Amino acid sequence: MSLIEIKDLNIHYPIRSGFFNRITDYVYAVDGINFDIEEGETYGLIGESGSGKSTTGKAIVGLEKVTSGQILYNGQDVTNRHERKKIKYNKDVQMIFQDSMSSLNPRKRIEDIIAEPIRNFESMTDTEERDRVKELLDIVGMPSDSIYKYPHEFSGGQRQRIGVARAVATHPKLIVADEPVSALDLSVQAQVLNFMKQIQKEFNISYLFISHDLGVVKHMCRNLAIMHRGRLVEVGTREDIYNNPQHIYTKRLLAAIPKVNPSGREADKAHRREVEREFQDHQDKWYDKDGKVFPLQQITATHSVALPPDEVTQIKSEVG
Amino acid sequence: MDTSDELLLDIQHLHTAFRVHDHFYDAVDDISLTLHKNEILALVGESGSGKSTLATSIIGLHNPRNTKVTGDIMYNELNLVGLNEALFNRIRGNDIGMIFQDPLSALNPLMRIGEQIAESLVYHTKLNEKEREARVLQLLEQVGIPDPPLTAHQYPHELSGGMRQRVMIAIAIACKPPIIIADEPTTALDVTIQAQILDLLEDIQKEIGSGILLITHDLGVVAETADTVAVMYSGQIVEQGSVYQVFEHPLHPYTRSLLRSMPQADSDDEELHVIQGTVPSLVNMQRTGDRFAPRIPWMPASSHEEHPVLHEVEPGHLVRCTCYKTFYFPDEKEAAAAGAPQNANEGE
Ligand SMILES: Nc1ncnc2c1ncn2[C@@H]1O[C@H](COP(=O)(O)OP(=O)(O)OP(=O)(O)O)[C@@H](O)[C@H]1O
Ligand SMILES: Nc1ncnc2c1ncn2[C@@H]1O[C@H](COP(=O)(O)OP(=O)(O)OP(=O)(O)O)[C@@H](O)[C@H]1O
Ligand SMILES: [Mg+2]
Ligand SMILES: [Mg+2]
Repeated sequence: MSLIEIKDLNIHYPIRSGFFNRITDYVYAVDGINFDIEEGETYGLIGESGSGKSTTGKAIVGLEKVTSGQILYNGQDVTNRHERKKIKYNKDVQMIFQDSMSSLNPRKRIEDIIAEPIRNFESMTDTEERDRVKELLDIVGMPSDSIYKYPHEFSGGQRQRIGVARAVATHPKLIVADEPVSALDLSVQAQVLNFMKQIQKEFNISYLFISHDLGVVKHMCRNLAIMHRGRLVEVGTREDIYNNPQHIYTKRLLAAIPKVNPSGREADKAHRREVEREFQDHQDKWYDKDGKVFPLQQITATHSVALPPDEVTQIKSEVG
Repeated sequence: MDTSDELLLDIQHLHTAFRVHDHFYDAVDDISLTLHKNEILALVGESGSGKSTLATSIIGLHNPRNTKVTGDIMYNELNLVGLNEALFNRIRGNDIGMIFQDPLSALNPLMRIGEQIAESLVYHTKLNEKEREARVLQLLEQVGIPDPPLTAHQYPHELSGGMRQRVMIAIAIACKPPIIIADEPTTALDVTIQAQILDLLEDIQKEIGSGILLITHDLGVVAETADTVAVMYSGQIVEQGSVYQVFEHPLHPYTRSLLRSMPQADSDDEELHVIQGTVPSLVNMQRTGDRFAPRIPWMPASSHEEHPVLHEVEPGHLVRCTCYKTFYFPDEKEAAAAGAPQNANEGE
């Protein structure tokens, strides 16, 4: 049994229009996805903007209403609010938000921001609480006098670390980290990533690590899923995805990463253009007649790809 | 780029100071740079190093009450420093196109995309309304907007981030300016769109021969697109050279530290390198000695120059301070003690 099991998750937003404001269509933000997160592991979720990553993450922490499907936590169904409440799920599962500035209340002091989840789930005296907040600030490498300050008095990296401190305040089992370092400088990014790894070892935390930076994901995650148009196009270990990508969309994503190697750049660009051309020319082969991603097909014990039905046997025989 | 290419911008000893509590502090501190036709010059450095300040000094977007700009920014015999606003208005858009980091805040939310692009054509060209309309559609097409007539009638909020950035580029190139300044043009975008935008910038450059000042903190983007690179720290250039010199033979401790803090695709569970301390704020910035010295405290004071200057270690490759000659990372020390070759005297 995994820590988290996502089973055929669907989140559809209604589109309303016309005089009666009737529902005329749906945005299939998340359109039937399955994956598991093991205890203590970092699972990567990658995809272009609008592919449904944040919606998936928010559904897991209970911030987004699930249209259909199931979320299991240690085998228990936590898809709806009553079930989550019963087992204090919201204490165990926290989120670091994509945009640290808008997710920290500008009118609250850092002390209150970090203490908020503690107040929701634990009963502590004021001194206990303050000690805990200072300890958390220390864990994320911030001075203890930060508690009296407001979010705007900190840099982006510091705010992101405050977001991390708040997320770990209740000793969660899982943290959904939505683009936790995308807005940060290299050096601060390194600091936050090292720190996330360190507390993971210390407290055996699992992460769902959402990002569009494939270099960062490669550094952080052993298993990952590539998401496109609300579905998963490819799932596998780091090696499966980076060394043996099968879906054209995955290949395109990998080819687009700029490399720190100026002397190889003409070759890299040529390769990128070639993949792009293949993507443009053969898109219809890789998506069904409605432009949807095909269902995932398992090609090895760890590696699944959303292959067109007639490709499956061929690729299986090549890979297997 | 070709070394014989025409000089577009010649920046000499530029200082840009902001007023904070009645004192002026240099956010750009004695920077000299040149930009040629067909050149992509990348400006890199962490947040707060002064990159945007340099860009906005070139296009004269600072409030003169709280900002002091001194030095020279020569553009065709014209010094942009201290230029009057009327002349600057003619230069902005026409001679220098600007692409901002955040297209949503740079675009007017209440104006249709088509009108926003046409606006600069009204100002800088003699095209009539019909010709302007045609040019707007042509520009939208050129930046890869799939349905130009539709997008021309839309408002910024109806477009995705990648589309908005394309619109910004369309506005920036509307008058085919010889100089384009792109401040973090792809930071908010994902990699596939980033790749398209960078290709687009390169295509445009080939077509109109502009010189591009590309500001970014993504070293991969720099390595893929730039001809020349300037690395900034605390308002100064600490290393400068061709993209090959800076990436294949980085010398300054700051450049080497930045490269080391990148998640390396092929190294596994290792800890990432972290530069000690933080980028100082404008007011707390150290003004004497080597400004990067506090971030590499293991290096002896004697390794730094008292007044660090840029040294030309090979033609075109400049490095500030002499500390690069003996610089090492703490974890290299054991290797050095064991007799392994160290980085000393590199580049000499
Ligand atoms: N509240 C909502 N109502 C309607 N549509 C929505 C809503 N929230 C998200 N969407 C749509 O659902 C899709 C998925 O959005 P989501 O925010 O999950 O993408 P993402 O992968 O996190 O993208 P990004 O990388 O830009 O953060 C998008 O098409 C988005 O426009
Ligand atoms: N109008 C202003 N008044 C006072 N200080 C300013 C002003 N604008 C910028 N600064 C300060 O000047 C320094 C340089 O800022 P600048 O925006 O140029 O950095 P940057 O390199 O562009 O950073 P980023 O990568 O975050 O965009 C910073 O310390 C910043 O806080
Ligand atoms: Mg998102
Ligand atoms: Mg800037």
